[in-house]
Amino acid sequence: MLAATSHGIDGILAECGGNAMCATCHVYVDESWLGRLPAMGSEEDALLDGAAAERRPTSRLSCQIKLTPDLDGLVLRLPDRQV
Amino acid sequence: MSASITSAQATAHGGGTPPSVPHLDVDPFAIDFFENPCPAQEALREAVVYLDKWSVYGVARHAQVHAVLNDPLIFCSSRGVGLSDFRKEKPWRPPSLILEADPPAHTRTRAVLSKVLSPAMMKQIRDGFLAAAEANVDELLQRRHIDAIADLAEAYPLSVFPNAIGLRQEGREHLLAYAAVVFSAFGPPNELRQAAIERSAPHQAYVAEQCRRTNLAPGGFGACVHAFSDTGEITLKEAPLLVRSLLSAGLDTTVNGLGAAIYCLARFPDQMAKLRADPSLARNAFEEAVRFESPVQTFFRTTTREVEIDGHAIGEGEKVLMFLGAANRDPRRWDEPDRNDLTRRTSGHIGFGAGVHMCVGQARLEGEVVLAALARKAASIEINGPVKRRYNNTLRGLESLPVTIKLA
Repeated sequence: MLAATSHGIDGILAECGGNAMCATCHVYVDESWLGRLPAMGSEEDALLDGAAAERRPTSRLSCQIKLTPDLDGLVLRLPDRQV
Repeated sequence: MSASITSAQATAHGGGTPPSVPHLDVDPFAIDFFENPCPAQEALREAVVYLDKWSVYGVARHAQVHAVLNDPLIFCSSRGVGLSDFRKEKPWRPPSLILEADPPAHTRTRAVLSKVLSPAMMKQIRDGFLAAAEANVDELLQRRHIDAIADLAEAYPLSVFPNAIGLRQEGREHLLAYAAVVFSAFGPPNELRQAAIERSAPHQAYVAEQCRRTNLAPGGFGACVHAFSDTGEITLKEAPLLVRSLLSAGLDTTVNGLGAAIYCLARFPDQMAKLRADPSLARNAFEEAVRFESPVQTFFRTTTREVEIDGHAIGEGEKVLMFLGAANRDPRRWDEPDRNDLTRRTSGHIGFGAGVHMCVGQARLEGEVVLAALARKAASIEINGPVKRRYNNTLRGLESLPVTIKLA
């Protein structure tokens, strides 16, 4: 999420600034990467239920994905809307 | 677009040596700056600067302010987010447990406020806030000639926010006065700050009293905060101070955000026309007003070590002044930054800050419902008298905005 907002990626709103409060940094994770991400917490899970765009099995909040060297090449797709 | 922050072990200046950045003779807390900040902000954005007037570094580019906000361990808040360094000076009030704290201490208190102000909670209060906004706007349309600050930007939040907290009816007039003191006190020891603190005692006494559990109605945000002391997530001593954060930060900021939004609609009739044509733009119109006017203009951080920002060395223990308002008008980040455009993609503005300290309440609900009510019910908002600015060391807003508001 921070990488997106630092580079002006408009499709990530991140209204709450990465504090897991708003579900406006929703992304769909490419299936081949899904298993390599940190596990989803209960707050993220609850927020995704209220996300503006359709929740899919690959849905995550990008603020909860901390980028590490292991995630180099990560493929994320943006939903059609965040609010 | 992103700024570079790197650790700088031996490059920064020591005590007494002039810092290695351009010096600028600008006082961002002077009345003439408040009246017309844009030219000075342009100069501030040229580089990381040192302001001799208050012995402080300044960052004003969007990328730099964003980077500083997102590095809370190097640019800390626990030494105060105003000019005063809590390590060298006694704070004028007990420090905030959230605003003036760093991770990991901040993480715990922030989590509590996040839960109190969760999206689920916002859904619960939404209908009531919506109805109150409609009623307020209906009444103003009957009166037609109004002061958009007192009668709407202040009246509306005052009609919903204290109830949502669970405050008693009596004494609420202290709320805006207290918040004005808090925000001026972040500034330097100028006349504004000194006068604010001198007259703060009755407001402080009111706020301290209202933060006690017995004075907060069940079901309100205040009582919700206290409930977290039952489960041990915060202590009995911490609970009232966290309620204080809601009272300090939740009202005056909203008033100035709403005031900014109405001022934009009154000055830019083409934007009002767009909003009327599509009331669903209300939410973004509020965001754009917060970007455009930046009701919270500045905050400070203190460096915990020597550091470089885009090659400019800053020593340990230095105050860094972040110009949120200048960053929100930075042409390196925004196309036509000085144009108010409520269809703009406002994502990334830092009017609410960024990172772990980003505004927890954000007033988006209050902003959206008032602007949506105006969009549906009002044909026009025209300024019909002298516009008066209100002076505060941190907050940018108006004292008075006389307008004629016509029914659609």
